[in-house]
Amino acid sequence: MFSREPKENGGADMLEIIAGILLITGGFFVLVASVGILRLPDILMRMHASTKAGTLGAGLILLAVAFTYAEIGIISRAVATIIFILMTAPVAAHTIGRAAYQHGITFWEGTVVDDLKDYYEKNRKTPPANVKVPDED
Amino acid sequence: MDFFSLAITIVYVLLSISLLVSLIRVIIGPTLPDRVVALDLVAFVVISMIATYAISSGHPVYLDVAIVLALIAFLGTIAFARYVFQRAERERRSGHA
Repeated sequence: MFSREPKENGGADMLEIIAGILLITGGFFVLVASVGILRLPDILMRMHASTKAGTLGAGLILLAVAFTYAEIGIISRAVATIIFILMTAPVAAHTIGRAAYQHGITFWEGTVVDDLKDYYEKNRKTPPANVKVPDED
Repeated sequence: MDFFSLAITIVYVLLSISLLVSLIRVIIGPTLPDRVVALDLVAFVVISMIATYAISSGHPVYLDVAIVLALIAFLGTIAFARYVFQRAERERRSGHA
C-alpha cells in the first residue's frame, strides 16, 4: 500500500524525519479532537475541541505534505489549503454555534455565565426597525 | 521499515480511530447541531487522510482533492447552520404568535 519510491541517495534525510514528526503530531491532534467531540458534555465545548484541535491536526499533516515533496507547486498548494482552513473553520464554528443557540441547546450544568441571553433579551425589547415581525395582531 | 513508513502507518491508524469516534457522535448526537459539528470534524479527518494518502501513494495530485473537500465542507456547514437557524427562528415565531 505504501508504494512510495525511495530517494536516490538512500536512507532517511532530514526532510523525511521532519515530515514524519509532523505527521504523527497532526494525527495525535486529530485524535484529541475526535475524543473531545465524543466525551465533552456540551455542544459548545465539543465545538471548541473539534475546531481548534482539528484545525491544528489537519494543518500539521498538510505541512508534512509540503515537507515531503519539497517542490514549489506542492508547497504553495499545501500552504493555500492551510490558510483556507484557518480562515473558514472559525467562521463555520461561529455560524453553527449561533444557530445551535437559537435552536435551543441544553448547557452543561456547571455553566456559570450566558452573555448571549442578556443580549438577545435586550434586543427583543427594542427590535431594529428593519426587522419585520409578522402576525402581530 | 524506516521511520517514515512507520509514521505513515501510525497516522493511518490514528486517523481511522478518529473517524470511527467522530461517526459515533454523528450517530448518537442528540440534536441536529451536534451532528453538524461532528460532520465538520469528519470532513477534517478525511482531509487529513487524503493528505496522508498524497504522501504515501507518491502522487501529490491528491492534494487538490483535499482543497476541494475543505471548500465543500465549509459550504455544507454554512448551509446546515442557515437551515438550523431559520428553522429555529420559524418555530420561535410560530410559538409566540
